[in-house]
Amino acid sequence: MSSSQKLAEIIADHKGREGALLPILHDVQKEFGCVDENSEKAIAEGLNLSRAEVHGVVSFYHDFLKQADPRPVVQICRAESCKARGVEALMDDANKAAGERVRLSTVYCLGLCSSGPNARIGDKLHARLDSAALTKLIENA
Amino acid sequence: MTTIRISDDALARACGADELAAAFEKAGASVERTSSWGMQWLEPLVEVDGKGYGPATPDDVTAILDGSSDKGIGVIAEHPFIAGQQRLTFARAGKTRPLSLDDYEATGGWSGLKRAREIGPEAIVEEVLSSGLRGRGGAGFPAGIKWKTVAGAQADQKYIVCNADEGDSGTFADRMVMEGDPFALIEGMAIAGEAVGATKGYVYLRSEYPDAIDKMEKAVRACAHIVAPFVCEIRAGAGAYVCGEETSLLNSLEGKRGEVRAKPPLPALKGLFGKPTVVNNVLTLAAVPHILMEGGASLYDSLGIDRSKGTMPIQLAGNIKHGGLYEVAFGITLGELVNEIGGGTQSGRPVKAVQVGGPLGAYIHPDQFDIPFDYEAYTAADALIGHAGITVFDDTADMGAMARFAMEFCAAESCGKCTPCRLGAVRGMEVIDRIRVGGRELAGVETEPQMHNMPKKGRSPDEEIQLLEDLCETMKFGSLCALGGFTPYPVMSALKHWPEDFRK
Ligand SMILES: Cc1cc2nc3c(=O)[nH]c(=O)nc-3n(C[C@H](O)[C@H](O)[C@H](O)COP(=O)(O)O)c2cc1C
Ligand code: SF4
Ligand code: FES
Repeated sequence: MSSSQKLAEIIADHKGREGALLPILHDVQKEFGCVDENSEKAIAEGLNLSRAEVHGVVSFYHDFLKQADPRPVVQICRAESCKARGVEALMDDANKAAGERVRLSTVYCLGLCSSGPNARIGDKLHARLDSAALTKLIENA
Repeated sequence: MTTIRISDDALARACGADELAAAFEKAGASVERTSSWGMQWLEPLVEVDGKGYGPATPDDVTAILDGSSDKGIGVIAEHPFIAGQQRLTFARAGKTRPLSLDDYEATGGWSGLKRAREIGPEAIVEEVLSSGLRGRGGAGFPAGIKWKTVAGAQADQKYIVCNADEGDSGTFADRMVMEGDPFALIEGMAIAGEAVGATKGYVYLRSEYPDAIDKMEKAVRACAHIVAPFVCEIRAGAGAYVCGEETSLLNSLEGKRGEVRAKPPLPALKGLFGKPTVVNNVLTLAAVPHILMEGGASLYDSLGIDRSKGTMPIQLAGNIKHGGLYEVAFGITLGELVNEIGGGTQSGRPVKAVQVGGPLGAYIHPDQFDIPFDYEAYTAADALIGHAGITVFDDTADMGAMARFAMEFCAAESCGKCTPCRLGAVRGMEVIDRIRVGGRELAGVETEPQMHNMPKKGRSPDEEIQLLEDLCETMKFGSLCALGGFTPYPVMSALKHWPEDFRK
């Protein structure tokens, strides 16, 4: 299936639902790793919205990227409870381990706040990290 | 064959529960995956015939099975952390398989909904009112009054919206309900639907909770025939903290930017797609099935103090020895929670500060530990119960850095609608940075001789602090919602109690 077919399919899947835009954006992000200009255009047409409206929504939310990034992503929680448990002291080593190969992104809270520092890779969560454990996660990402 | 019980809660899994369960199966035991007891420092916790072992690793399997393990904590239900609680919302925690309809029914599930259907809308609202239940999402607004408003509104369509955006650091009770007792939340929503005449419900669930999304999707499908004609649907958020604010959440559900709406109109009258809408937090709705049981409302009302009725699932987090979920009647002091139940810091160092109520809550000094858990008492102390997350910091914490982070967080998560929040938070970061480096000198164009109206010198740290105080006043009074309006509380409390952390 071509990517434009896939896109059309995602739009058709959700079109009849109330508030279809966010579910569509989630699926597009998951399928293509981003919601780019082409997708915005197709979605706008499909939902009878202006491109500006769709772009306004895409750019509002942290989950949607303008451009796909082929690198693996490690999300690290840097909210208060994880700070209280020392996540900031791990960041130098984490950045070194990541280098250019891995993208580290910041997330504010994964709901594991008694057991930080915590990270997420894909849908898998990791708790009670120390520098060695986090570095290993990043190296294996 | 021995039956082993291990939680499948996200925290237990993040600490290795799946690998542990597999190891027990390999050793020939049969494993049941249950909800979590909420003693998170012991996860993964293994339960064998009511006795607990934790935190366990695959290396402990043999010893646990032959009874020689030194990780035993005795009978779980008698552990002081559990025995001291009064669990209503979390009555099933640790005891049932989250997605088992059999387990749910066998523990009183659906009896609230059944009774609600018998007594009818007016009586339901009356019971929720008389229970004294207040919204658990942060503002503490009486749930019954909100329901009454929606019930009284005339419309062809009404909605029940569950706020499962739980963005506050230090909170995870919503997550534990959705992963551990999802049917209770759905039952609460169906009862709300019955009360106000809504047949459609949405759960707006943050995308940072993949396990909860998965469990809720499954639970909604499994019980569709029981809650019908009420229909429930799960919608994932997209990483914006501000979408926990109810009107921003409604915009997001409608497929718009998550910008906050001005009130009025109240969502109760013009909410989702302009229709009358109940927006309640997960904990508010999950408390409802119990309240609707015979005698549930009066029991709820009999617990707690003053106008804070019933129980609160308090979340102990951060640098704390015994972190986890502690549901207890209102009135308990912060000192008891942190020092006695929580066992002090995990690092063993002295407690320096405690943040209650998430990123918008004040930093509380140990001198204030006698403050009782009560909405009004916290408000009087310029503090916030919020969603009842408690984040503990030890004496290595840099409170100047935490104050700066409060501004940084506000800047990152502002919806952008009003100036004091959108710009104020950025300026707040800059001012705090300047305080911490000792003020500022005149620079650039300011030093030109023709700039007659410029101050003749830079600003001292004291003058910068004055500026920060002014900025905080502006944010407090000039912001549309509590993101901009409450960010000054963590900032100013940090400055008040730990001024030395602002001078380097
Ligand atoms: C910035 C901001 C974030 C909020 N986040 C949440 C949240 O994550 N969950 C929640 O239930 N309420 C949150 N609230 C409170 C909601 O606006 C609203 O009061 C609540 O959903 C009402 O439900 P309740 O009465 O059951 O508490 C937030 C408010 C603000 C201003
Ligand atoms: S205070 Fe901030 S988050 Fe709230 S409405 Fe204003 S700009 Fe948006
Ligand atoms: S603060 Fe890091 S998981 Fe909650």
